[in-house]
Amino acid sequence: MTGTGVAARRSVADVLDHVWEHRSVLSGPDAYALALLALGRENPLLACLSAGTDLEAEFAAELPRQYVDLGVAEQNLIGVAAGMTVAARPVFASGLGPFAVGRAFEQIRTGVAGADLPVKIVGTHAGLSAGSEGPARHALEDLGTTRMLPHMTVVAPADAWEAAQATVALARTPGPAYLRLGGPATPSPYAERAPFVLGRARVLRAPGRVLFVATGPHPNLVAAEAARELAARGVSAGHLNMHTVKPLDREALLAASARSEVVVTIEDHRAVGGLGSAVCEVLAEAGGPPVRRIGVPDVHFDLVGGERYLLDRAGITVRNAVTQALDVVG
Amino acid sequence: MLTHAPPRKDAAARLAADIRRRVVEMSGAPGGARLGGSLSVADLLAVLYGEVLRQPAGDGASSGDRDYLVLSKGHASAALYAALAATGLIPDAETGTYRQDGSRLAGHPLRRLPGVDFATGAPGQGLSLGLGVALAGRRYGYDNRAFVILGDGELQAGSTWEAAMAAAHLGADNLVAVVDRNGWQGGRRTEDRMALEPLADKWTGFGWDVLRIDGHDHGQIRRALEGPVRPGRPTVVLARTVAARGVPGLHDTRRGNTAVLDAQARRLALAALAGERP
Repeated sequence: MTGTGVAARRSVADVLDHVWEHRSVLSGPDAYALALLALGRENPLLACLSAGTDLEAEFAAELPRQYVDLGVAEQNLIGVAAGMTVAARPVFASGLGPFAVGRAFEQIRTGVAGADLPVKIVGTHAGLSAGSEGPARHALEDLGTTRMLPHMTVVAPADAWEAAQATVALARTPGPAYLRLGGPATPSPYAERAPFVLGRARVLRAPGRVLFVATGPHPNLVAAEAARELAARGVSAGHLNMHTVKPLDREALLAASARSEVVVTIEDHRAVGGLGSAVCEVLAEAGGPPVRRIGVPDVHFDLVGGERYLLDRAGITVRNAVTQALDVVG
Repeated sequence: MLTHAPPRKDAAARLAADIRRRVVEMSGAPGGARLGGSLSVADLLAVLYGEVLRQPAGDGASSGDRDYLVLSKGHASAALYAALAATGLIPDAETGTYRQDGSRLAGHPLRRLPGVDFATGAPGQGLSLGLGVALAGRRYGYDNRAFVILGDGELQAGSTWEAAMAAAHLGADNLVAVVDRNGWQGGRRTEDRMALEPLADKWTGFGWDVLRIDGHDHGQIRRALEGPVRPGRPTVVLARTVAARGVPGLHDTRRGNTAVLDAQARRLALAALAGERP
């Protein structure tokens, strides 16, 4: 880790400064771990539970009373997190996304979401980020399943900077949440430091004939590049970073798409159930422009390869984003 | 009679009789009540609510030095509601709304009913919730005990054993699991559907302190729940019980575990229960 030393990262504000400075070399999980440690120092009621991830090793070493390692037992992780809310709040519960959400879904549904408890579920291995680990470790249904649940806030940060801010925001917001974290550091889409607000989409490029709506690191990079490429061809294109998938920023979506001829959604998640579906729900009800969805297709995605290769094979690419847009406006 | 007994023993006995009476009355609700498991757990709940639990009227958000009860076997909701009504935590007449349209009393308990800290009904979830409560008490300096009433059938769910393993590893000696071992699940005996025995060995193997009692003997229940615990070890009380205990003809039978009683059957059952009262 590149850093300015632990001493400079004592407070939440220090961590946010540090992560902003180093946003291009820190991963989402790195940023989450740094933010959580600072939050834990600030709030002794904050608890961190982990199902066999070593993400929070520094937290465990410094704040052992606030930390519990539950091993690879995600159902118990979520149940214990719910139980601990009688005294601890918030309770962060981290695990591999496909397991923390998929395996423990029933515990989340009844015990956490239904009960509206301050449990923040943190899932790593977002999308295809586990690459050649194979489909058992790809989190492809987590956004769709969590957003179906009442009370849930669902966030997929675009970079380390958003991951740190989302961690802080979720810790200070009541109710249950899912925070989706990916793999290694990716380039940041942010050139300017602007405040992060849960549920408020970020306009990264002004709206045009085409609107790209993306969530997560690679999809936002694809959207940014595709918008530049369309502009170079004389087709104006906007870019909305929908970091919060639930509650979806309906107003921002309607405003940004008001004069667009097509909306293209991009996510490293199943093309059904997640961001694309959420956008379709809003635009269909409001009578908005047609939508093209880019995501992982409806097949068992058991190709072997690194994240880049898998994204390419799933069509989560600049080329496909441009093609989908031109299919309507071209 | 019973003039030599301490008053609180009378209270638990009266509470158990009251719970049984209300359960039989609730069995006339739409969809009925799960008679077998609600009557098998009646004495355990009577001693817990009558004598053991401190400040049982939680809403899930309150903390402090209090005890928590998680009815993991949520299908025995009729017995829980009976205990809450009999002890004044919900209005006396509310059990008459059991499973009626618009009622607060679902077939499996909902959170935010006074006295219910966690919604239950999904088998195998309660022990994790109780472990969380126990850990929170230890980590945040509260004198909490967490009691979790488990059905025997739900011990087939793997999540129970995830919690069992973690509780021993984490030394949660303020966690008490009570297994209502009535031997039935739905229309079959547990040992025919998916055998649980040797059950004590399983808990011992997972690192728990195991107590075996008659789950209808108030003295044994009291001693098990109030006795000293082994430091650093969670306790499981294996309470041998009888499904539909108290209703003649239905004890420990397939029909008794799942019966819906019509008005005539309820009258007969209530008369039999009244005859049993001290």
